[in-house]
Amino acid sequence: MAESIPADAMHAHDDHHHTEQSIWSKYVFSTDHKMIAMQYMFTGMAMALIGGFMAYAFRMQLAFPGIDVPGYGTVTASDYNALVTNHGTIMIFWVAMPVLIAAFGNYLIPLMVGCDDMVFPRLNRLSYQIFLLSAIVLIASFFVPGGGFGGAWTAYPPLSAKSQYSLTALGSSFWLVAVALEFTAFLLGGINFVTTAMNARAPGMKIFDIPIVVWMIVVASILFMSSVGPLIAGAVMLFMDQNVGTAFFDPDKGGDPILWQHLFWFFGHPEVYVVLLPAMGITAEIMCVFARKKMFAYKTFLYTTFATGILSFTVWAHHQFVAGIDPRMANIFTVTTLLISIPIAEMCFIYIATLYGGSIRLTTPMLWALAFVAEFLIGGVTGIFLGASGADIYFHDTYFVLAHFHYTFFPIAIIGTFAGFTYWFPKMFGKMMNDTLGKIHFWGTIIPFNFIFIPLFVLGAAGQHRRIYNYEHFPELAGVEMQDMRVLATVSMLVMLVFQLVFFYNCFISWKKKQKDAGKNPWKANTLEWTTDSPPPHGNWPELPTVYRGPYEYSVPGREEDYFPQNVPD
Amino acid sequence: MIDQYVVALSTYANDIDNLILLIGVLVGFWLILCELVFFYFIIRFRAKDGRRAEYITGEEKSHKRWISYPHMLVLVCDVFIVFFAIKVWYDVKQQLPEPYETVRIVGQQWAWSFVHPGADHELGTADDIKTVDELHIEVGKVYHFKLESRDVLHSFSVPVFRLKQDAVPGRVITGWFEANGTGTHDIQCAEICGIGHALMPAQIFIESPERHAAWVAEQSPVTLASANQP
Ligand code: HEM
Ligand SMILES: [Cu+2]
Ligand SMILES: [Cu+2]
Repeated sequence: MAESIPADAMHAHDDHHHTEQSIWSKYVFSTDHKMIAMQYMFTGMAMALIGGFMAYAFRMQLAFPGIDVPGYGTVTASDYNALVTNHGTIMIFWVAMPVLIAAFGNYLIPLMVGCDDMVFPRLNRLSYQIFLLSAIVLIASFFVPGGGFGGAWTAYPPLSAKSQYSLTALGSSFWLVAVALEFTAFLLGGINFVTTAMNARAPGMKIFDIPIVVWMIVVASILFMSSVGPLIAGAVMLFMDQNVGTAFFDPDKGGDPILWQHLFWFFGHPEVYVVLLPAMGITAEIMCVFARKKMFAYKTFLYTTFATGILSFTVWAHHQFVAGIDPRMANIFTVTTLLISIPIAEMCFIYIATLYGGSIRLTTPMLWALAFVAEFLIGGVTGIFLGASGADIYFHDTYFVLAHFHYTFFPIAIIGTFAGFTYWFPKMFGKMMNDTLGKIHFWGTIIPFNFIFIPLFVLGAAGQHRRIYNYEHFPELAGVEMQDMRVLATVSMLVMLVFQLVFFYNCFISWKKKQKDAGKNPWKANTLEWTTDSPPPHGNWPELPTVYRGPYEYSVPGREEDYFPQNVPD
Repeated sequence: MIDQYVVALSTYANDIDNLILLIGVLVGFWLILCELVFFYFIIRFRAKDGRRAEYITGEEKSHKRWISYPHMLVLVCDVFIVFFAIKVWYDVKQQLPEPYETVRIVGQQWAWSFVHPGADHELGTADDIKTVDELHIEVGKVYHFKLESRDVLHSFSVPVFRLKQDAVPGRVITGWFEANGTGTHDIQCAEICGIGHALMPAQIFIESPERHAAWVAEQSPVTLASANQP
């Protein structure tokens, strides 16, 4: 590390003097953490559009079975499976991960801990390049003979392992390779995040002066790196089962398909927290700034995060209660799963307590942050039904599960992203966004969101099972009332999609046209990223800042201003 | 809660429904409480000219108890839920009451086949009745099932029983049910199993003893005849 910094750091500082970088080295092969963050951000958003388009196609099929979906065509059974599978895979691995961890992590960590770049800038660039490659491989999987993989994002064998069952020999392998590449990219990124936050902090920044969002990304990276190993091993085994004729998961030759489920969920459950924590961190930053409040019990929040992280490794088999594991195991996993509700509940209590006594300004980023808490609570409490083994017998693999996890993932990946993006937009692009358009977009997203997924809770309670392209073959699910509910969900989704245009329009005019210049610190916030220019120059500060206090000293008694930036001496 | 949407027709369906209701009440209480306090704070503490936010670290005991007491209460609720969840789970999945008959259920791409024991109540004899996508059982009797799969994972799900169990190739999984009302209802495959996953619905016929006996009598000659063919 000591070797790699000077070389890149020198290069970084040189750039202030000669700005004629070529387009290639500035936008494509950059090692600047801010540019890599933008690459991740925009790739992630582009993938979100693809994943959203898939949701559009298959929801249209569910509401109006058999129609010629405008812009897609007829959704056949195999199309449906491939769309659902890749929608899920994309939203988690190519949207939530790159945007929340890689984009915000890359952008914020150096700026918030006060250094000029990531500790390993070239590793960082490599991480993005591998990520881009993984996205290309995933998209390519749709165009190979046989079409895209349709065995669900969980890819349970034997369906995923044997082409005579899945009928997508190449699609399955492409999908698997894409996922494995994506993991590699994030392993490289994770090393960088943890090292930078731990070793490259500005002078004076003690361990408890680190902003919560940085902590959250660090903990998330550690969780990711410690859980993904078994799944990478699993992916190699599955790839060999697919292509070499090994039988790790093939019961006919002595393998065991349930082994994959353990490997997958041993990673898959911590993964939920990997994407959750950064979104929680973003929310915490925004709530403190716009409530002008110190974060309530910062250290307790941190310790609960660690507790959540550790517990998250002990709950995975709640996805497998009825999968054919020894039924006695379910009891253990019911206990651990309900236990994990405690630190998560505590974190929600801390958010609420932070608002107490505040001076709350409902700006667009604040609306998103508050909506995150309000909606995530619904996702959180409905998880209890599924963690309680006895109740999960009924709910497993129904739309109740689906609605539950969209009430967690949507706040995470969409609400959290919009919160962070609208909050840091002035820093990233030097302009304020239009607040009115921002609010129109906010309500146009949040209201339809609830109208999509509340009907899906009801459908789930009524026994509608998942991953079915057409319910007409199930007399008990084919009634008019249930179909009306499906139509309601789909129409709401269309409304929500249309409102996304407002967001892109707002970004565009704010960036291009004469919106107000942001200045260094438009929100009057304390953390270090607001002490440099907007957008920050290559190298971030002409001279690195020194830190004197924690990040949330708002409304300190006896001070005239209601904020007290971390770099201002007493 | 659930029987509003789907009738409850097994001896344990009501236990599962009650468990869901219990969880619904407990988490519903917390959800409503949190949302109310949350929105109250947002409205109550809106920025006003001349009022400054308070400086509260939340580290003192007197403040922290506002989060630590609720979290103790959450723990108490969790203990309740765990207790009843495990109780129900034990009944449904961990114990096996003495069976009246055993049926074999085999999932494959994309159909369910069922082997009923026939008039002698014994599986594996010549009078077994084999059907596709139709399971016939008698109300008020304990059945065991032996669940298998020929190819990929499937999941045997009978919503009116609140029963669900994955079928795993290479394993025979035993479970039980006892119907307490008659009728014809959906059997679903609840685990994605390929492109025909939506095309493997089956039906369960829960019959009175007389009707069931009649069905067995009616089916037996057919299968006996076909069993005699080479
Ligand atoms: C545009 C908003 C969205 C809509 C309307 C939507 C809708 C759906 C629906 C209806 C399904 C289930 C289809 C089926 O089982 O037949 C589904 C599956 C899924 N969605 Fe979404 N979703 C949206 C956004 C998201 C987001 C933001 C995420 C995560 C970050 C996500 C993650 C998933 C996952 C993991 C699955 C499971 C895929 C599988 O069954 O293999 N979705 N979505
Ligand atoms: Cu989980
Ligand atoms: Cu199936």
